[in-house]
Amino acid sequence: MPRPVLPSSGAALLALLLAAPASAEEIWITNELDDTISVIDAQTLEVTRTIPTGERPRGITFAPDGSVAYICASDSDAVQVMDPESGEILHDLPSGEDPEQFALSPDGRHLWIANEDDAVTTVVDVQSRRVVAQIDVGIEPEGMTVSPDGRIAITTSETTNMAHWIDTSTYEPVANTLVDTRPRDAEFAKGGAELWVSSEIGGTVTVFDAATRQETRKITFAIPGVNDDQIQPVGFAFTPDGATAFVALGPANHVAVVDAATYEVEDYILVGRRVWHMAFSADGSRLFTTNGVSGDVTVIDVANREPLSSIKVGRFPWGAALRP
Amino acid sequence: MRQVTAGAILLALMAFSTPARADGMTVPIAYLHQQVERPPVLSDLDPVPADDGIAGATLGREDDATTGRFLGQDYRLTVREVPVGGDLLAAAREALAGSRLLVVDAPAADLLKVADLPEARDALLFNVGAPDDGLRGADCRANLLHTIPSLGMRADALAQFLLVRGWTGVALLSGPHPDDQAWAEALRGSVAKFGLSLVDDRPWEFAGDLGRTAQSEIPLLTQGFADHDVLLVADETGDFGRYVLFNTWQPRPVGGSEGIVPVAWSPVLENWGASQLQSRFADLAGRPMRPRDYAAWAALRSIGEAVTRTGSADPATLRAYMLGPEFELDGFKGRPLSFRDWDGQLRQPIAVVQPRAMIAMAPFEQFLHQVNDLDTLGRDRPESGCAAFAGP
Repeated sequence: MPRPVLPSSGAALLALLLAAPASAEEIWITNELDDTISVIDAQTLEVTRTIPTGERPRGITFAPDGSVAYICASDSDAVQVMDPESGEILHDLPSGEDPEQFALSPDGRHLWIANEDDAVTTVVDVQSRRVVAQIDVGIEPEGMTVSPDGRIAITTSETTNMAHWIDTSTYEPVANTLVDTRPRDAEFAKGGAELWVSSEIGGTVTVFDAATRQETRKITFAIPGVNDDQIQPVGFAFTPDGATAFVALGPANHVAVVDAATYEVEDYILVGRRVWHMAFSADGSRLFTTNGVSGDVTVIDVANREPLSSIKVGRFPWGAALRP
Repeated sequence: MRQVTAGAILLALMAFSTPARADGMTVPIAYLHQQVERPPVLSDLDPVPADDGIAGATLGREDDATTGRFLGQDYRLTVREVPVGGDLLAAAREALAGSRLLVVDAPAADLLKVADLPEARDALLFNVGAPDDGLRGADCRANLLHTIPSLGMRADALAQFLLVRGWTGVALLSGPHPDDQAWAEALRGSVAKFGLSLVDDRPWEFAGDLGRTAQSEIPLLTQGFADHDVLLVADETGDFGRYVLFNTWQPRPVGGSEGIVPVAWSPVLENWGASQLQSRFADLAGRPMRPRDYAAWAALRSIGEAVTRTGSADPATLRAYMLGPEFELDGFKGRPLSFRDWDGQLRQPIAVVQPRAMIAMAPFEQFLHQVNDLDTLGRDRPESGCAAFAGP
């Protein structure tokens, strides 16, 4: 595969490719319909590598120490473990059928995997490479997250319209809370005090008090000139200081900026078509969104809340992760 | 906590965290299928599966039951088949004795007889088989909702597509069967509604074996048509239309019942999570999902959604919720589906497909609407002839 060369700094780039690219901050993007990962240099905003993966790569995350990347290869029915230096697949983890999204426990030991076609959540020990539990959840499990203290894992199920609260010590669901239609992403906020769940068809983000599991707030969105049912919240992420949430609104082609304290929507930023997931740069100054239909990544200046640039990646970019 | 049974803990936690509660509730749903005689067709390539519709309802019940498992709701589906010439009303009475929620796949006239039974007065019925516009108009019934799109909705979707493509000169070739005639009438109506030109309009009258002679007969037939951009065939029985494609005198696209077809569902749909529904259905039924399966699935899922959100299985409560602004169903077509409160029709996008791929999804963004652009398909509130849904 020909490597892209920067006209202005080809030599520097070559040096980066040959030496340890860990010095350059990287955003990794999974291209769902190309079976590849596009590696973006977070400083130059160029694609520096394109790495082949298994079939239909979607969720992506790194071990806390950055030693390996985990990739949901949905149609290969595997989680692939990749050496981020060489791009080589080291081995596969058993994942259950059709893994879509996953979350790593804070200690980096267990991967919690949503098996979209199977209505189960699979827990895999990444060291022993064994499945330690499978938990029955609702239909089309999608969003996955683990609380910062590692005690509760959340699976959302798209067709059952629930967030399933799973005790990570017993692997038993302890509560099933209804949310709006087609829940997508789930994230803990405020050190684990709150759980936020986005609902794609419902058009909302539901906020729960994590201790009581009671719904405390529902965030809605409105963009002038955009039909309400085109506003479909999917992936979202909090700034490193936790003060602000950025919410991808799918076919509305905008990212909403939400004050995490007041729950007010402060801004809408125009991005590419069908914005899906996102990742921040290490210092939180830039946000990279995957735009599925337009096949590119929008780089957002977080402080000014403006799009900086678009980066062409592969077909249907889906997941995004900062390489530690 | 360990001393308490696990079940009690789970129930307590669920009671705490879930507003819509319905512990130990059973939701019986009946499915009534009036079998019909199908006219003979020229080709045997595409037989109608015996479980058309029923398999969709079965999957819908399974989907509902998965949610119900977490909420203590038990969904039960009973299927009653009525053979041609059988006693539909007796079967309907039996079904209504066991369930106040009734899904019906029957021709319009039969459906109305069921809806008008005294036993059905306070029940809630779902039409999954009759596309007649009259059922959404003058013949509408307050206890009858429709998850299958009307002919008008499908014809409007095709007309929007033709207008967007600039294929404004339309020729029509319609078969003799009442279903063909009804579809032709809907196409004529949509051509007029969207300002297309109907430049030719002819009945299908050929009586030979078209499988052998299409290549000589169809060019001759279409040679005499007035100059057109697209040829629509109204052949809902699946008889002659398949032989028209690529045999026309002039190179023209074919649509309507063959070629470019507007449908509620098709195996070629794969966006918006549709591939998940397709694979769940294929696993269950061992065949692709058809429009009637989709209508039946949508009926069962609408019931499940309303039961989950209201915590009730009472038909009046469910009907009020379904017709209200809170109801929304994820129909795997990219946007929420809901019921029109003026005629009980499930508003939904209509896919314009060819056999190998989706071409486009209607409504198209060029057609604006003051409330919901899904209502550019079919009869909108101001033009509705339905009186049974009037009032609060």
